[in-house]
Amino acid sequence: MRVLKLTEFVLLAVGLLAAAGSAAAQESHIGRWTGHTDAGKPLYFRYCWGCHGVRGDGNGENAPYLNIMPRNFVAATFKCRSTPTGTLPTDEDLANSIQRGLVNSNMPSWSALTGQQRADLVAFIKTFSPRWNSDKAGDPIHVPAEPAVNLEGIKRGKEIFTKQECWKCHGTEGRGDGPSAASLTDNSNLPIRPFDFESGSRFKCGTSNDDLYKIFMTGVDGTPMPSFVDVLKPNEAWDLVHYLRTLQVKRKSPELRLWESTKEGAEIVRAAKFAGTPTGSGVN
Amino acid sequence: MLVAFAVFSMLSISSSARPGSGAIGGRASFEGTPAKAHTIDMSMEPSCAKQYAKPMSAENVVTGPDNALENVVVYISAGVPDDSTPPQPAMLTQKGCRYAPHILAFQVNQDFQIVNEDQTSHNIHPLPSNNREWNKMQPPGAPPIEDKYARAEFIPVKCNIHPWMKGTLAVMKNSHYAITAGDGDFKLPNLPPGNYTITAWHESYGEQTQEVTITGSEVKTVNFVFKAKAY
Repeated sequence: MRVLKLTEFVLLAVGLLAAAGSAAAQESHIGRWTGHTDAGKPLYFRYCWGCHGVRGDGNGENAPYLNIMPRNFVAATFKCRSTPTGTLPTDEDLANSIQRGLVNSNMPSWSALTGQQRADLVAFIKTFSPRWNSDKAGDPIHVPAEPAVNLEGIKRGKEIFTKQECWKCHGTEGRGDGPSAASLTDNSNLPIRPFDFESGSRFKCGTSNDDLYKIFMTGVDGTPMPSFVDVLKPNEAWDLVHYLRTLQVKRKSPELRLWESTKEGAEIVRAAKFAGTPTGSGVN
Repeated sequence: MLVAFAVFSMLSISSSARPGSGAIGGRASFEGTPAKAHTIDMSMEPSCAKQYAKPMSAENVVTGPDNALENVVVYISAGVPDDSTPPQPAMLTQKGCRYAPHILAFQVNQDFQIVNEDQTSHNIHPLPSNNREWNKMQPPGAPPIEDKYARAEFIPVKCNIHPWMKGTLAVMKNSHYAITAGDGDFKLPNLPPGNYTITAWHESYGEQTQEVTITGSEVKTVNFVFKAKAY
């Protein structure tokens, strides 16, 4: 092994220290786990840095080949939160993103890691941005209990979808082909498509009705999807959730079954299934 | 010790309270031929399109007579202390699917409000590099959206639904700023004697700085000439 000269050693030491993160050590608290930065660091440099980069800024070795860019932890703007737009996510939000992955992107599900490992990773990720020192995580929005699914709620949800102009990006059938869809860009000015409900795919930030509620109420930060928490009342939001499930014509759900039992719903679903291939590359 | 304290407190009071009577004035202009501004097609939003007798032009370069350059933010970037935050909010209005004013300047931690006077929803998506990024939906008739920024920055703001809508939130460190109008003129008054760095910022033509010294109550003239871009 070559012995380093003194100058090279000093430079290497400085480089390693600089790569260690810009903020003080953090802890994370998720359920019964407490995560620590120094335990998360070797995990990050084993599993994450190839995409997310040595500095955590999303400029890893793999990044130039990825369509949806890896998350930039230095900027600390996160898509999947239970907290209001513009605020930091909770530790649990971050652990959920790691465990679930982000569907239709290159972020896989890391369910093979243990809960303790994910907690340690969250603690380490929080050292990439000084924001975690100056700001506290936002207060999670209140998600009231879901009301029972009924036809009146679905019909109200359809009116909300029209009135709130969701169709301008998502299209009237929710295929992601609305009039504004083709011009959408994310916060790096890269093209991005709205979610295509017709595909039946899981959402970027979850799978359940609760997750869907949080997605449009907190917005998907870094993307064109805004937050509706100041605009929709909770019962309106639940009506919208139930209606949106009926747009997922390829996914069995109680909402879809109820909707198809009506004449109007059955016609709409039949037309949606028949219309052929969706526009665009299908990347959500 | 008491004398030292008294002198110190006098000095610290005087440096922030004395308004000064010097001023810096001048004009922002361009040389060369600017690219022809393209017209905006608002046909996807008829409620906005019908508000224009003829289609609006893009506002990334707005010029006036005698090569005047509009929408240049001229501000003092060094030489004055940061100012206290004004209490009244700055206001950005969305009307005719356009941001009015095209550039809204206000101070760090000063409240700003965004109102929607159109019959269509807009989403307000400021894109800061050094402040918090958020994205909120604002339907017609919704109450104003209020927020403030902690750090000085030029923040692009856009509506994702209407891709031609582009504006800038200019967050300033102090109260010494001006935005040029159609004649390209600007004036920065109330300056005590001192050495100042003035910066002029244009969204397409970049930034320029100049150094100015004020010795008394004079008005120093500083002009900025930007090179026009062909496209």
